[in-house]
Amino acid sequence: MSGPVALDRVTHWYGDTRALDTVSLDVPPGSIFALLGRNGAGKTTALRCLLGFERPTRGRALLLGHDAAALPPPVRERVGYVAEGQRLPAWMRVRQVVSFQRAAFRSFDPDLCAAHLKRLGLPQKRRVRDLSRGMRAQLALALALSQRPELLVLDDPAMGLDAVVRREFLEVMIELVQEEGRTVLFTSHILADVERVADRVAILDRGVLRVDAPVDVLKARVRRVHAFFEADAPEAPAVDGLVRARRRRNELVLTVVGGNGAAEDACRGLGARTVEAEALSLEDLFIDYTAEGAAVEEAS
Amino acid sequence: MVVIRIDPAAPEPVFQQIVSAVKRAVAHGRLREGDRLPTVRELAKEVVANPNTVAKAYRTLEAEGVTTSRRGAGTFVAALQAVPRGDERRRRFVDALEAVLAEAVHLGLTATEVRRTVAAALKRLRFEGVER
Repeated sequence: MSGPVALDRVTHWYGDTRALDTVSLDVPPGSIFALLGRNGAGKTTALRCLLGFERPTRGRALLLGHDAAALPPPVRERVGYVAEGQRLPAWMRVRQVVSFQRAAFRSFDPDLCAAHLKRLGLPQKRRVRDLSRGMRAQLALALALSQRPELLVLDDPAMGLDAVVRREFLEVMIELVQEEGRTVLFTSHILADVERVADRVAILDRGVLRVDAPVDVLKARVRRVHAFFEADAPEAPAVDGLVRARRRRNELVLTVVGGNGAAEDACRGLGARTVEAEALSLEDLFIDYTAEGAAVEEAS
Repeated sequence: MVVIRIDPAAPEPVFQQIVSAVKRAVAHGRLREGDRLPTVRELAKEVVANPNTVAKAYRTLEAEGVTTSRRGAGTFVAALQAVPRGDERRRRFVDALEAVLAEAVHLGLTATEVRRTVAAALKRLRFEGVER
């Protein structure tokens, strides 16, 4: 493991609920890494373990080369974090929030922060409670960026934001990785955004890591095979790399990873009249990996 | 200059979409030999895509001979050349052809009619490919 953030066989329990099951991840430096999953899949738990807010029940989380559970404060300052629905003290004025942050982080760059606030048109005197949701999110991001972090972690930054603000967030991520060595780790449900900016995606499904791959490699390897039969479709054949199998009347739909046409051949072997394969968008791919009843075969 | 758009909801990877857009622009003459492409940084910002993805598209274009890069000067459109990428060319052609042939089937044409029409159309086109 060499990346700025890594999980090494992390299992985490909340009471009798297993939120993460033996998850290993390695985020390459200089990448924009998207962690995807449905609500409750374990994304936030994974981030909290990575940031040292939770000590994993088993396994280890590494942050900038240190054990995340025992992070020296100077190392923590090198990480910018914007939590889901970031809570800033409602009664504070923007100016006060900034000085608070400045006191908390030695790496905080007040000039950079002022430039961000100006660009965003955030009035320094305004109280946090009087800011719109989009403005609050942008303030939280501006504060994190002003730390000049080596690693920026964003938990669902797009949540509740309009298209314009979301686009600005994406542009910020792009600018950040253009600067040498900076890394961004984020979670999102907006797969079109992920597709634009992410180098690499990981998909968590009910605490289990199903995918960890560059986006283009994933798209090149996963395909959906439609086989049509004269009568009702038979049971799905056991093929390697099966992600999801569905039957509807005379059609069998198999989503498979890799396999060089083995799924197509298996369908023909079962007497399929026609067999067609299609490439998938990230969204379709995500759905097939995480939908209820998706097969549990391991895919890499 | 060339307009490159990406569709993040498409199955085609973003880097491939950029490669295709540049090739189309060259094929249609919107980009000519010697034209400079935006830098990776500029294009990443413009289309809102990951710079590593844009860099991969540029590497692919260069590997396929569509562009050349001069150190410090940037990336330029290369002279249009018939690169012997037989499989890829044939695959693309077959993809396009199948859509046309499917249409012919739906229109109720016979195979003979299709052949005759294609032969006539071929005579009107000028081919620059070299027969091997």
